[in-house]
Amino acid sequence: MAFDYDKWIRPGKLPHIWCPGCGHGIVMKGLIRAMETLKLKKEETAVVSGIGCASRLPGYIDCCTLHTAHGRAAAFATGVKMAKPEMNVILVGGDGDGTAIGGNHFIHACRRNIDMTYIIMNNYIYGMTGGQFSPCTPTGHKASTTPYGNPDPGFDIAKLAIGAGATFVARGTAFHANQIDKLIVEAIQHKGFSVVEILDDCPTTYGRRNKYKSVIEMMNRLKEVAVPVKAAEKMTAEQLQGKVLTGVLYKEESKPEYTAEYAKVIERAKAAK
Amino acid sequence: MSRYELRFSGSGGQGLITAGIIMAKAASIYEGKQAVQSQSYGPEARGGSSKSEVIISDGPIDYPKATMVDALLAMTQEACDKYTHDLKEGGILLVDSDLVTKLPTTGNYRIISFPIINTAKTDVGREIVANIVALGAMVALTGQVSRENAEKAVLSSVPEAFIELNRKAFSIGYERALAASA
Amino acid sequence: MSKKVAFLQGNEAAAHGALYAGCDFFGGYPITPSTEVAEVMSIELPKIGGKFIQMEDEIGAMAAILGASLAGAKVLTSTSGPGLSLKQELIGYGCIAEIPCVIYNVMRGGPSTGMPTGPSQSDVMCAKWGTHGDHPAICLTPASVQETYEEVIRAFNLSEKYRTPVMVMPDEIVAHMRERIVFPEQGEIEVVPRKSPTVPPEQYKPYDTSFGDVPPLASFGSGYKFHVTGLNKMQDGFPTTKADIVQAEEERQVRKVDANVDDIVTFEEYLLEDADVVVVAYGSTSRSARYAVNIAREQGVKAGMFRIKTFWPFPDKQIKALASKVKGIVIPEMNLGMCSLELERCAQGKVPVLGIFRVDGEPINPDQILEKIKEVK
Repeated sequence: MAFDYDKWIRPGKLPHIWCPGCGHGIVMKGLIRAMETLKLKKEETAVVSGIGCASRLPGYIDCCTLHTAHGRAAAFATGVKMAKPEMNVILVGGDGDGTAIGGNHFIHACRRNIDMTYIIMNNYIYGMTGGQFSPCTPTGHKASTTPYGNPDPGFDIAKLAIGAGATFVARGTAFHANQIDKLIVEAIQHKGFSVVEILDDCPTTYGRRNKYKSVIEMMNRLKEVAVPVKAAEKMTAEQLQGKVLTGVLYKEESKPEYTAEYAKVIERAKAAK
Repeated sequence: MSRYELRFSGSGGQGLITAGIIMAKAASIYEGKQAVQSQSYGPEARGGSSKSEVIISDGPIDYPKATMVDALLAMTQEACDKYTHDLKEGGILLVDSDLVTKLPTTGNYRIISFPIINTAKTDVGREIVANIVALGAMVALTGQVSRENAEKAVLSSVPEAFIELNRKAFSIGYERALAASA
Repeated sequence: MSKKVAFLQGNEAAAHGALYAGCDFFGGYPITPSTEVAEVMSIELPKIGGKFIQMEDEIGAMAAILGASLAGAKVLTSTSGPGLSLKQELIGYGCIAEIPCVIYNVMRGGPSTGMPTGPSQSDVMCAKWGTHGDHPAICLTPASVQETYEEVIRAFNLSEKYRTPVMVMPDEIVAHMRERIVFPEQGEIEVVPRKSPTVPPEQYKPYDTSFGDVPPLASFGSGYKFHVTGLNKMQDGFPTTKADIVQAEEERQVRKVDANVDDIVTFEEYLLEDADVVVVAYGSTSRSARYAVNIAREQGVKAGMFRIKTFWPFPDKQIKALASKVKGIVIPEMNLGMCSLELERCAQGKVPVLGIFRVDGEPINPDQILEKIKEVK
């Protein structure tokens, strides 16, 4: 039997705003499958986003949804989670939203290890504003504001998250659609701050400036660069040149989770009263 | 109007804001008068100039800052130089005699000086309570709050472990000021 | 039983006022001269099971309280000028998404870092014009420690009643001076609860105007599911660019305050009945003004004071009435002329508006005001 996505889609809110060939819809379907797998309660689940194409995702999902300001998803979500720790809080957004204007909130959410899951759709570009370069645009690539090639080095979102203290970090791609929900399921189940980076594509503002002839070519690139972590163990540095690791990159169980730690603060304060 | 203005001045870290707060608390909580305490301070937690002002009155206090100061405590030379300008004719000027060596040459003030910090160090045993020695002295000199009420305010403002130390500091300050002004 | 009294700073009183009002979430970032609020909240909130979080920056603090408010908490943040500037985008978010919250902003010298420990009243315009776009604005300017306590409670009430951010803006003098405060008993001051939905979840719309200009607000995690956005939205919370809906919604948001000015605006009239000169003042400056007015009276000058307690919405009606009664208006303020512009607007040229403007970190003293009172002929 085919999977029933409609159960999680808000009636009347489709079609979505994404361009043909954009991978955000693939990620949304992965998220929906994950939510269904975990049997999340809609009323007990908040999906929070910032601004950008990817950040329009919450509007389509039938649960508690919060479309905040540019870069602020993690900070709004922290407020929601602290006020109602029993809720499942899932953040979605793009690379510019999450690592540039929202970079500070992102690293501090990682540091606190607050029990939320952040799905970052990394399409290397600011799509909604017309294709300006983001902190994840590869050096030398073209964007509407790097007409001579991007002089900036890019972020590795996964490394950033690990360095900042996130306790579950995974990476997938929009091509490997069947892996997305599995990574998200594991991320949501993890007690602590979990980050799932999904390498994505933007044919409209990134692909056409960087000589990708079609969406298929962009998707094929995702297929080619992705190397599962297990497979990578058997590969040489030379073979790994230009490749990107996918799967669960990092997992740590011992670091205390933030809302649980704050519950202890409450206990100590009440005892001291 | 019965408005009475006190200023506690010196350098940051000497505890003068605390001294001002306790004086105001004594007046407003224990003495049944009205009091407002305010302060100005620089970016330094230690050092820099520091001033704490207390207005005491029988009725409501509108302007919370000093207009003409009735009693001034100066714990550094800089504070003495800087804050004497609006001390009333005949007003009280209490200084630490070790630190304030140049007294104002103009103005007709009732100047009382004794080595406040050194008294705390040698007679009380801890330099850190110099502000309470100074407070005891200011209470004795100004007569705005009773000795008993001031002591209550002191004891309700310090951690339990330091109650005896502060009681002693307050008492010695009070007595030294009376002796110095006699 | 005698009431509990204490000798507190304005900032400490603000925190206790928030707790009285039922505040159970504080998000903040350290900034002089407001940090005492955060410090008291960090001690008191966990004792009652509330949440205190120090965020990574001012914007994060504002975001956290908005998120927590949507999850049903009564929320407070405290800040000062530079922090207020940083929070402004999200204050606008709170206005358009109609999320109750209280922003306590201590006014210090500016612009930029300015004079962090010096008093000022130069943020009052930021309370109305700081965030972009048209939006309702409520801003209270207390003048004493007791009033700071009470006005913070009122701010929470207004915020819930009108479902909009409310600012409380003491100047640094009020925030840091200490006075005796008498705590009200439980129930003595009204605490307004959030208007929760009465319809079942499947019928709920977060901006349902069939319930009036202030629609009920459900909480995340309470059985209701709905969408919130900072985009112009329809009654169901989803974005729209339909001209008639956007126009109607923006007008409704502003009307929540505009149509209820008499419920929101508070002020004090002092010796105004026969006054020839009125000193209009707010915050700590009003204390100097009262002192000056008393001296003027002793000297035979018929002076009075109109004390602004609610700065926004501005007491237009009252000032207009005064302007046709008196010979002149004196406005002392610790900025280079902000309230004076509003007074000139209301006075419509009928009487002169004489300003005393100080931005040197020193309070405006009664003598300065007295001198200006005497200039009115």
